[in-house]
Amino acid sequence: MTHIELRGVQKFFGDVQVIKDMNLVIEDNEFIVMLGPSGCGKTTTLRAVAGLETIDEGDILIDGKVVQHLKAADRDIAFVFQSFSLYPHMTVYENIAFPLRATRQSKAEVDRAVRRVADVLRIAPLLSRRPSALSGGDMQRVAIGRALVRSPKALLMDEPIGALDAKLREEMRTEIKRLHMKQGSTTVYVTHDQVEAMALADRIVIMNEGVLQQVGTPDDVYTHPANLFVAQFVGSPVMNVAEAHVAEAASDARVVMPGAAEGFVFPRTLLGRLEAGGAKGDGLALGIRPEGVLVERERREGYLPVEAHIIEPLGSHDIIDLKVGTQMLRARTKAGFVPRPGEKVWVRIDPAQAHFFDAESGRSFGVRL
Amino acid sequence: MAAVKTPRQKVANQLAIAAVIVIAIIFLAPIYWIGSTAFKPRALATTVPPTVLFQPEVTPFVKLFTRRVQLNRPVEPEAYEAAPWWEKRIYDGGERVLRVGEDVQLSGYPDRFLNSLIIAVTSTLLAVSMGTLTAYGFSRFRVAGEQDWLFFILSTRMLPPVVVAIPMFLMYRVVGMTDTHIGLIILYTAFNLSFSVWLMKGFIDEIPKEYEEAALVDGYTRMQAFFKIVLPEAATGIAATAVFCFITAWNEYAFALMLTNRDAQTAPPFIPAQVGSGLTDWTTIAAGTFLFLLPVAIFTFLLRNHLLRGMSFGAIRK
Repeated sequence: MTHIELRGVQKFFGDVQVIKDMNLVIEDNEFIVMLGPSGCGKTTTLRAVAGLETIDEGDILIDGKVVQHLKAADRDIAFVFQSFSLYPHMTVYENIAFPLRATRQSKAEVDRAVRRVADVLRIAPLLSRRPSALSGGDMQRVAIGRALVRSPKALLMDEPIGALDAKLREEMRTEIKRLHMKQGSTTVYVTHDQVEAMALADRIVIMNEGVLQQVGTPDDVYTHPANLFVAQFVGSPVMNVAEAHVAEAASDARVVMPGAAEGFVFPRTLLGRLEAGGAKGDGLALGIRPEGVLVERERREGYLPVEAHIIEPLGSHDIIDLKVGTQMLRARTKAGFVPRPGEKVWVRIDPAQAHFFDAESGRSFGVRL
Repeated sequence: MAAVKTPRQKVANQLAIAAVIVIAIIFLAPIYWIGSTAFKPRALATTVPPTVLFQPEVTPFVKLFTRRVQLNRPVEPEAYEAAPWWEKRIYDGGERVLRVGEDVQLSGYPDRFLNSLIIAVTSTLLAVSMGTLTAYGFSRFRVAGEQDWLFFILSTRMLPPVVVAIPMFLMYRVVGMTDTHIGLIILYTAFNLSFSVWLMKGFIDEIPKEYEEAALVDGYTRMQAFFKIVLPEAATGIAATAVFCFITAWNEYAFALMLTNRDAQTAPPFIPAQVGSGLTDWTTIAAGTFLFLLPVAIFTFLLRNHLLRGMSFGAIRK
């Protein structure tokens, strides 16, 4: 049972504040992914939990106990580094056994623990090798093995697969997930790759410039982004964000993008919801993921005629840039749906997938239709 | 590199080999000269042109290790017959070995050699260990005024040492450290320390700090992490630094000449003092020099694998 809590954590590097009033509760057995661009403070937060970095204010609690004054060695936490940091002068076996050697266990106990971990990670045949003779994926397995071998209270991973090539990264992602399901330890995982975060996390913690932006399940942050930053950081291709204003029509509401002749059709309830969310008339940003931009080849009721600009064929689907007024919207279509650029198509926005943000602060108005 | 070489590459290769041979000869010639002179009969030591082929003998070494005086009258045949082989060689040279009772009087060389060993080894150990710890501190912790400290440490090497010779001599005399082992050990340690700090800092900077952090998280103290992780990783750097420090301390001449005369005198000022009166006995000097070269050669040879990597530090990307 491990429960980690951050309360009002602040951290400065000189004059730069790298963590700003961070509050977070991590439940037992939870797989938390901290996601954000580089320099957002996610790694510093992780290192602070591990005891590799001091904090300037606030409390870090592990199982209800304040630990920020404890040395890393006394927190019973394991850490996997991006660089793996396997000791080159030791064999794989010795590397994995290294944390146990600090605990005065008997030789037989150490041996049993090392072999158990090696079996779980399928690296038993590599035990006598030196790290330099391993592939990247195996190095990473050994690094995880070293972290798991003494059954720590929590497992912290700092971009553990960031240094691997794309194919291996995918493989290891699955493996880490499998391992977590099997071992079930409280895990905090830092990455800047939103795909990794979506795939692994029970909950995602999104940070930017030292500020926690949103905490939620992958589905939650994808479908209910709290602000423009989260909306654009999560999801690929990136969510469209366009300047827009809302106009009242006879039986519905229209969302008009600058320069466009007509607005997209929305239910009338939009007006009330926006007002409830605190939106004033202007300074509105419309957010819509490419799959929420619906494209048809023929004229249909409620669709606007636009021109297809650029087509990116991605095999399983195409990404099409559509010019709406003075701005571009990217849409996701079936592969080959629009044969060539310049083609006239009809488009509509799925109101259920639309988001509305305050263009200035980036805050979401929380409108769900 | 391509397995098949073009003629041009072949020629370039052969030229490179030739150049290496020439350079090797230039560097090795003095060592050969010293080595061969150490085994020459005295009369052949100064012939022009130099004698290359000769019957090697160990007489110079016998002379090196014994205290001798000139014979003022021919040796008596019985005494000559009763003498061991090496003493006969001394008689042959017109000298006799000094004895107190039955005991042969040794020359000062063995003591000086031992002094050299004690002083060079101790000061090397001190300079390398202190240098490694200091470098570790600078490399891993935020030290206030780090750049200034490092510059200060470096600046201690900016003066030619001889400039401080006289103040040093006066200071040593006042505190009573002239002609003591500890005096030279402190001096050589101080000489080498700045070098050792800078060299080791380079090596330790190259060791990722995640290595220690991993150990820290895994339940080790900073000290344990240093000894179990940093030291083994820095072995190459330590070996290279140790060789350089040892050579500096071993070869130092000026301060040893000035600050020591008997008890703590090292071999470098002693050997030329054997030039002696009358004809210079180059063979004995060569013997002393030849033996003096051996420890450095052996030490370097033992550490050669580390050195090859150490010499190219910074040049290899990991």
